[in-house]
Amino acid sequence: MLEIRGLSKSFRSAAGTSVQVLRDINFTVRPGQIAGLVGESGSGKSTVIRCALGLQRPDSGSVSYDGIDVHAARGPQLMRFRREVQPVFQDPYASLNPRMTVERLIDEGLRVHRLLPDAAARRDRVVELLEMVGLDASAMPRHPRAFSGGQRQRIAIARALAIGPRLLICDEPVSALDVSVQAQVINLLQEMQERLNLAILFVAHDLAVVRHICSEVAVLERGVIVESGKSDEVLGTSQYPYTRALLEAVPIADPLEARRRRCARLSVAASPGGNGYE
Amino acid sequence: MVDTPFANAPLVPATNDAAPLLDVRGLSVSFGHGPAAVRLVDNVSFAVGAGERVALVGESGSGKSVTAQALMRLNPHMQVSGVVQIGGCNLVALSDKEMTAERGASIGMVFQDPMSSLDPLMTIGDQVAETLRLRGVSAAAARARALRVLDELRVDRAAERLAAYPHEFSGGMRQRVVIAMALIGEPKVLIADEPTTALDVRVQERVLDLLYSVSKERGLAVLLITHDMGIVAGFADRVMVMYAGRIIEQNDVEPLFASPRHPYTQGLLGAIPRIDQKREQLQSIPGAPPTPFTRPPGCHFNPRCAMAMEICRKDYPAMIETGSARVACHIHGGGHA
Repeated sequence: MLEIRGLSKSFRSAAGTSVQVLRDINFTVRPGQIAGLVGESGSGKSTVIRCALGLQRPDSGSVSYDGIDVHAARGPQLMRFRREVQPVFQDPYASLNPRMTVERLIDEGLRVHRLLPDAAARRDRVVELLEMVGLDASAMPRHPRAFSGGQRQRIAIARALAIGPRLLICDEPVSALDVSVQAQVINLLQEMQERLNLAILFVAHDLAVVRHICSEVAVLERGVIVESGKSDEVLGTSQYPYTRALLEAVPIADPLEARRRRCARLSVAASPGGNGYE
Repeated sequence: MVDTPFANAPLVPATNDAAPLLDVRGLSVSFGHGPAAVRLVDNVSFAVGAGERVALVGESGSGKSVTAQALMRLNPHMQVSGVVQIGGCNLVALSDKEMTAERGASIGMVFQDPMSSLDPLMTIGDQVAETLRLRGVSAAAARARALRVLDELRVDRAAERLAAYPHEFSGGMRQRVVIAMALIGEPKVLIADEPTTALDVRVQERVLDLLYSVSKERGLAVLLITHDMGIVAGFADRVMVMYAGRIIEQNDVEPLFASPRHPYTQGLLGAIPRIDQKREQLQSIPGAPPTPFTRPPGCHFNPRCAMAMEICRKDYPAMIETGSARVACHIHGGGHA
C-alpha cells in the first residue's frame, strides 16, 4: 500500500558539510496493518515521515502509495493521495489552528475535497466523527483551547478520519499526552483501525507503545533500518545488539525486575575493565 | 580555605538517622488573591530520609512540579503555607536572603531540560563552580571541587572539559553537568524534576543509575518527580501518587506496584503498555485530570472513578494508614478529611 524504496536524504549543515540523515530506507505498510517505525532522537524518524507524506523530497529512492509516485504526482493523482493518506502529528496544541472551531477543523477536508457539498450532511458527518472519537456535538462551536491535550488529539484524529482515508501516518501521536489519556488514544487508534480497516504507519520512540499497537516494526538507527519484522519478535526476542540495548533500557513498571536489571548493570560497571557508563 | 559551610562539608556525610532529612507537613500552595485565588497543592505531607529515594508521581497539572518549586521557593508569586523542615530549619519561614543561602547548600534541584538550565555563554567549569564562587570559595578551590563532582558523575576527561561550553555536550552529558551543579554544594536533599524526560532511553538509564549510586554513596535524600511509572519502579524506595493537588496514595515501591489501593493508582498501572508482556487492551481511565479551576467537590477523582459512591461526591476522604500504605479513598473506609 505504502512502499518506501531505497530512500536516502541528506541535509546541508550550517558549516556547508552534508549530513546523511537517511540511507537506503526500505519500508512497507500493507492494507489494514499497523506498522511501526522506532528509533532514538536524531535517528531520522521524522524525515521518513516527511518524505512519506510528500512534504520533503528525498535525494534518491521513491515513495509510492497504491501506484502513485508521491513525489511525482500532480493533479488528480496528488488529490487522491492527499485524500487517502492523512497525518496525525505529535503535538495537538500545535497541529490544530487555534482560530478555527472544532466543526471547521473537522469539516475542512470535506470542503477541500468537495466530498459532501450539502451543509447539513457535512454537519451530520462531523457529529458522527466526534462521537466516533468519544466526543459529542457540543464540541462543534468551540475552539481547541477549550479542550485538554487528549481531547485535542481526538479532534486531530477525527479531522484525519473525516475524509475516509485508507492510511494514517502518525508521528509520535501519544508522546505529548498524559499516561491515563495516552491509553485512551492508543485504544481509539486500535479501534479505528479495526472498524475502518485502516492502515497506520506509527512512528514513535516509545518501544512499549509500539510493541503494543503494531504488528510489524522496523528499527531505525542513525538513518539506517537495522532490523525489521514482526513486532513481537523484533521487540521481544531480538538478538540484534542495538535493538537489544534499546529494549533493555526501557523502564519496566515492575520493581523486582527493575532491581534485578540494575544490579546486573551496576555490577558490570563496577567490575574491572567493565565500563557501563560510556 | 574560606570559612563557609561548603568548604568544610564532608564529601560523604555519614547520615543514617531515624529522623527524616526532609520533612514536609501540610504544604499548600496557592496563586492569586481573594476570590481569584487558586490552590494548586493542597495539604501535602511527606518525609524523605537520608539515602532514601522517593518518587512523586502524577500527571500534568497534578501539582508535582509546583510542589518542587514550593520546596525550593523558586516562585515569588506562590503563597506557600505549611512546614518544610530540613535539618531543624523550616524553609517556609526563612527570609529570602536566608533561603538563598539554603538553596544549593541544604537542598539542590535538577530540572527537566538541561539545555535551558545551562547558560550557553558560560563554560561548564564556571557553571558548576558558580554556587561555590558566590559563597566566597576561591576560584582554584571551586574549580577543584567542580572537577571532583564531574568525576564522581563519570564525565569523561572532566579536566579538559571544564573549558567547554554546553553546546559541545550531548544531552546526557549536559544533564550530568546540571546534576553536578546541584550537588557541588553538598546538599542533603536533591529534588529532581523529570530529570530524564528529554533524554533517550539508554541515556536516561545511565543518568538514573548515576543518581541512584550518588544517593547511596552520599546518603543523599532524593525526591524524584516523574510521570513515568517505569522509572519509579526502577529508582524509588517509596512512591507518592499525586492527583489534583493532593497525595492520594503512598507506599513502599513493591507493595504499591503489587497491590495499588487507590482506583487512580490502579488505573495508572493498567494504562501503561509493558515492553515485557503482551496486553490485549490497555485499561484507560475515562476523562482527563481536572485543572486547578475545575476540581470537583468531594474526592477529586470521583468523576473518573468506576467505584465512586455517594460519599465520594461530597467529602474528601481522609488519609488512612495501614501498614506501609497510606491511602485517601472512601472505599478503604475512614471518614472525610
